[in-house]
Amino acid sequence: MTSSPHLRDPNSIPRIMRLVCVALAPGIAIYTALIGPAVLAQICLASVAALFFEAVMLKIRALPVRRFLGDHSALVTAWLIALTFPPLSPWWLTVIGVFFAIVITKHLYGGLGQNPFNPAMIAFAACIIAFPALMSQWPAQGLSLPFEQQLEIIFGFAPRIDALTAATPLDAIKTALKTNADTNIQELLTSQNLYGTFAGRGWEWVTMTYLCGGAFLLAMGVITWHTPFAFIVSMAVISALCWLIDPGRFSDPLFHLFSGGAMLGAFFIATDPVSGCSTPRGRLIFGCGAGLLAYLIRVFGVFPDGIAFAVLIMNICAPLIDRYTQPTVFGRRARGSDAR
Amino acid sequence: MMNHATFRAIAWNGVWKQNTSFAQILGLCPLLAISTSIVNAVMLSLATLIVMALSNVAVSSLRRLIPHEIRIPVFILIVAALVTIVDLLFNAWFHELYVILGIFIPLITTNCIVLARVEAFAGKQPPLESMFDGVFMGVGMLWSLALLGALRELIGNGALFSGIEMVIPGAKALQVLPEAYPGFLLALLPPGAFILLGCLIAGKNWLDLSVAGRRKTGNKAVNGYAAEKAARN
Repeated sequence: MTSSPHLRDPNSIPRIMRLVCVALAPGIAIYTALIGPAVLAQICLASVAALFFEAVMLKIRALPVRRFLGDHSALVTAWLIALTFPPLSPWWLTVIGVFFAIVITKHLYGGLGQNPFNPAMIAFAACIIAFPALMSQWPAQGLSLPFEQQLEIIFGFAPRIDALTAATPLDAIKTALKTNADTNIQELLTSQNLYGTFAGRGWEWVTMTYLCGGAFLLAMGVITWHTPFAFIVSMAVISALCWLIDPGRFSDPLFHLFSGGAMLGAFFIATDPVSGCSTPRGRLIFGCGAGLLAYLIRVFGVFPDGIAFAVLIMNICAPLIDRYTQPTVFGRRARGSDAR
Repeated sequence: MMNHATFRAIAWNGVWKQNTSFAQILGLCPLLAISTSIVNAVMLSLATLIVMALSNVAVSSLRRLIPHEIRIPVFILIVAALVTIVDLLFNAWFHELYVILGIFIPLITTNCIVLARVEAFAGKQPPLESMFDGVFMGVGMLWSLALLGALRELIGNGALFSGIEMVIPGAKALQVLPEAYPGFLLALLPPGAFILLGCLIAGKNWLDLSVAGRRKTGNKAVNGYAAEKAARN
């Protein structure tokens, strides 16, 4: 207990988590329209697995299962995992991801509020390191499979055919640029039919709804503007710089902001109150670092997207950033002066 | 002459109580780098065990002749000489394995477990006790590395004893999980070693705590949480 004055925050944990789910819903709807009901199947699968692991861990730790299960935090983690994993990934991949998130990242570090890393991003990082091929296979452009067939692929009754899957627009451009030195972005965009109105075809609308969901969270006071703002600005600035220097090798800022996990990362992942920064200036630094690293990793690294690794690296730095960005207590002088 | 109780204390100390990997958490560099399979882990541990037993005897026999001020350089010279012998032996008998273990055999010289036992035990105790201490510290390292290697191999490839043909000609690796097992690369990479080592250390602590808790509460079965509480009070 700290000293007075005490302010009551009307946002309880279950309410915050419910609001996050509500904010994700429109993005999920558009994503489902783009890919198919496999997205919903993955969300259900991840949710069931998350609630199961959560209940088992609470039981082992002799904590009240019903009370902590009802805070919906496991559900938000599960939804983020389902949205960041390829929708047609086999069921065991999703379950392994959820296991890493709930059991290893959350409960082995002391449960909700104690985890130094974002659980969903650890799940993503662990799985992309362990199964790089499976984690890069996204449903091919314009693929429309009936629901039963999508389920059969997820649950391993139908063979995984390479023609069904493709890389994301982000990954496809990077791979093409790496393997073929003569080509350039403009040529790729016209030849590969990857480009929609302002970003990856189809993806632009999904990420747009994530942005709207993020705005909703901001309006409801669940998150503050600092992290997403800094994230988007830093990613826009670095991608604009590279794009101005060589538009043939680097995509434009709009493409980067509305492709891959940038919007989901900026509003739903980097804003995690547990593993992120808690001071306003710290959040600005956190967002800046995450946006910059995400761009560098997705453009120059080997993985399809860099959000997960960028957020995890910033998670490690968060306690240090918080330490050096403590706001001055009212009535005290600013840091640097000896007088108290 | 050493009595039975001293011997038991030394053995228990090396194998469980002060286990190099799970209690002292020493020598992590070879531990994490080499524990990718049982064969690698056991052979490196054996090399370390031999070096530890010999260096403990050597230092213990010479302990009255070594000037206190320069004891560390002298210890390192003795250990380095013994490591060179083991290094040459491995190169001659298990050449393929020697290539895989690579730098980690010469690096036994700088392994802090070896130096720690020489400094903390052999420098003060008679030769026979020192030899047993070296052997049992080595045994402690051997079983813990073998366990970690087995877990990593099993989770990573679904097999056990891969590479056994380098030690026993004609022997074959044991495929435990079905051939279709996709493999879990993370377990074979350094992060997997860290995660599994953390789990094993936690497992040892949990076992110790629940045994201590059971003694306290009079053989009543206790779970980990209660044991944790009991230990804190």
